[in-house]
Amino acid sequence: MDYEVTELSYHAKEIVQVAKGLGLDFYPVHFEVCPPEALYSFGAYGMPVRFTHWSFGKAFYRMKMQYDLNLTRIYELVINSNPAYAFLLEGNRLIQNKLVIGHVYAHVDFFKNNRYFQRTPQDMVVRMEAHARRIREYELEYGRETVEKMLDAVLAIQEHVDFRAHLGKKKEDNASSGKNIGNGKKKHIPSSEYADLWDDEPDQENEEKVAEEDLLLYLITYSPTLKDWQRDIISMIREESLYFYPQIETKIINEGWATFWHSRIMRELNLTDAESMDFAIMHSQVVQPSGLQLNPYYLGVKIWEDLAKRFDSETLFEIREMENDVSFIRNYLNQELVHDLNLFNYRKVGAHWQVMDTAWEKVRDNLVRQLVNGGHPRILVRDGDYEGKGGLYLYHVHEGMDLDVVYLEKTLLLLESLWGKGAYLETIVDGKQVLFECSNQGISRKNITLYN
Amino acid sequence: MSDDIIVSREDWSLHRKGYLDQSRHREKVQEVIKKQLGDLIVDEGIIISDGKKTIKIPMRSLEEFRFRYDYNKRNHTGQGTKKMKNGDILARENVRKHGAGNNSGAGDEPGVDIYEAEVTYEDLAAILFEELQLPNLDDKKRPLIAHDKPEFRDIRKKGLMANIDKKRTLIESIKRQALTGKSQSLRITPEDLRFKTWETHPNYETNAVIIAMMDTSGSMGQFEKYISRTFFFWMVRFLREKYENVEMRFLAHHTEAKEVTEEEFFTRGESGGTRCSSVYQLALELIQREYPAAHYNIYPVHFTDGDNIGSDNTRAMNLMQKLVEVSQVVGYGEILRTHYSSTLMSTLRRIDDPKLRLVTIRDRNEVYEALKTVFS
Repeated sequence: MDYEVTELSYHAKEIVQVAKGLGLDFYPVHFEVCPPEALYSFGAYGMPVRFTHWSFGKAFYRMKMQYDLNLTRIYELVINSNPAYAFLLEGNRLIQNKLVIGHVYAHVDFFKNNRYFQRTPQDMVVRMEAHARRIREYELEYGRETVEKMLDAVLAIQEHVDFRAHLGKKKEDNASSGKNIGNGKKKHIPSSEYADLWDDEPDQENEEKVAEEDLLLYLITYSPTLKDWQRDIISMIREESLYFYPQIETKIINEGWATFWHSRIMRELNLTDAESMDFAIMHSQVVQPSGLQLNPYYLGVKIWEDLAKRFDSETLFEIREMENDVSFIRNYLNQELVHDLNLFNYRKVGAHWQVMDTAWEKVRDNLVRQLVNGGHPRILVRDGDYEGKGGLYLYHVHEGMDLDVVYLEKTLLLLESLWGKGAYLETIVDGKQVLFECSNQGISRKNITLYN
Repeated sequence: MSDDIIVSREDWSLHRKGYLDQSRHREKVQEVIKKQLGDLIVDEGIIISDGKKTIKIPMRSLEEFRFRYDYNKRNHTGQGTKKMKNGDILARENVRKHGAGNNSGAGDEPGVDIYEAEVTYEDLAAILFEELQLPNLDDKKRPLIAHDKPEFRDIRKKGLMANIDKKRTLIESIKRQALTGKSQSLRITPEDLRFKTWETHPNYETNAVIIAMMDTSGSMGQFEKYISRTFFFWMVRFLREKYENVEMRFLAHHTEAKEVTEEEFFTRGESGGTRCSSVYQLALELIQREYPAAHYNIYPVHFTDGDNIGSDNTRAMNLMQKLVEVSQVVGYGEILRTHYSSTLMSTLRRIDDPKLRLVTIRDRNEVYEALKTVFS
């Protein structure tokens, strides 16, 4: 063990004691010091080992470039699993690592206790390795280009899974529910050694309802053309999507929580004057507002600090258990905070980006609207046999925000390639009900009368 | 449980995943460039800056499509460093052609992220030149003088450390240790070392000459000049890059022809009528005087708007016939903005020889096809 590693274990022990003393409750954490290339690739893939796709390469290149140009720097990366894995950037200074270790333990406390994470598998690192291997095998069997095309299409709709299907279920269900795979389904999903991946299968009676929300599951179950290996790829991406979703919907609350606790933990440690100074500088860099964009660390920590003034720590722990970003903002972003943080709504008016509103309730409500459903539009399946010709008819639940039409059309093309027959999407554009039709890789749109 | 602290450091030096997928992404960027090559190689940014500038091209197909909200049509929530009032202007839409936003790092302006890749002259050249070659190149036409060329094709036990042959060195080491019959960790001793060593060989490069001919008469407008200039720009660079021993001569003509320097060739403009036979005559004289067909591969390439004095056509055709006979390939390019072809073109069509390659360019992106027609 080298010096840096020995020293880090020593300090990590101290930090664990402090964190526990403050009431945090976490899985064991395996820390690993790694070079920037490795850290940035984990950042791009979201996991140490994940399947191969050019979009990850693109993300990696972008992140690595920003690091090389000294524009941004990731200090750490935490994987939600049990034990949790945390990767520290080689060359962090000791004081930076102390802060980061505190930050990591607070994240892991959040993963362990927040209810939105209750159904994420604890062994996702291994599962995603298995996915990567299987996709690699498919590449060898069916050709890289073919598999890549498949991935292009599935990744385009990866957000459209039913993230709420699991709510109300408990972790312990995991082992037993795997047995009823495919019971009474129209199409059987190939049973395999990975059958347990299907444990988030909904119960029989509400299958129809869930399939409506869950585009990926619908494709796996009802697509008339997909081969078994293609269904398998969709199911793997679906599982990964379900795993990542809680992280997307708790970005602000979770980063705020970790930032809030790293400062508390640092306060308990015996720092030298120089270290205190370094810590103050680093902390202020983490929470500084960044241009027009909201900094989730900053917004989150401000709300937590405000809550800490008003409630005891037991209530704080309850809030971290119950809330996600939407409810956290809706319940706890108040007038003073909106005012102090200089928050405002803006939009494009003609060729200008213009401030529209500074009234706190409007700001709060707009923020909530941006965060609902992880910031993704809700697209539901209405019909899998549209006009009796086997078309897949989707509709967008329009909540006041139009879709990007260029992206919509491109995505519909990809969707048609998955479904095998025509793909349709109903939405509202500039107040008009519109149906986009995609068949034989061509797109057309027409205005339709109101459905209801 | 959580008292177990594990801190470790692994060897990540072989972790190449990010780079592998990055190179796949890079490949896809190249594909996009390839598809747009026709448009890209005539880009003023590249041609006028003499290959120094880069151009940005949108990479639509490399965006990650999904159902998403229209960024320009919704309210956003932002954070200011000072108090804001309703109606304050935060930013102006970016004036760039493809909308706001770029991927070159942090910017304060809001905007949709349009994914763009920067393309340099080298990128374009690499893709373009892959498809071009000197046709009908005859290896037998050798120059009288050969020059020495070093080639690495020998392995020796002594040599420069920088030229070490790792693979052979390892094999030697494995061989030696296998002979001892003991399995032990691999060690490299001085006698295992193998070095790549060069030898010099006389190198006979095939001799070739390009005779670039351009119409500089008054009827050649901006567009015509730009197109021929672009064609020759890539032609010259392609030849310099791929062939060491290619000579180039530049002839400009209106009613009379004369030899000019490369720089003059690309910059001069003149007036007057057009008599193409004059330049073919000059080319033939040049060949006869300096480039005997027995020793040289000859490639005359002529660009004009085809607006030749009618009475000259027959003479031009006869001279062209002679040019074709002594050359490997003759390129004749006509830059036209009408649907008709010129009378010179129809006259030249009578020469029935695959060595004469006739191209018509009506649109700027046809330069690419023209290059491929002449140099393939």
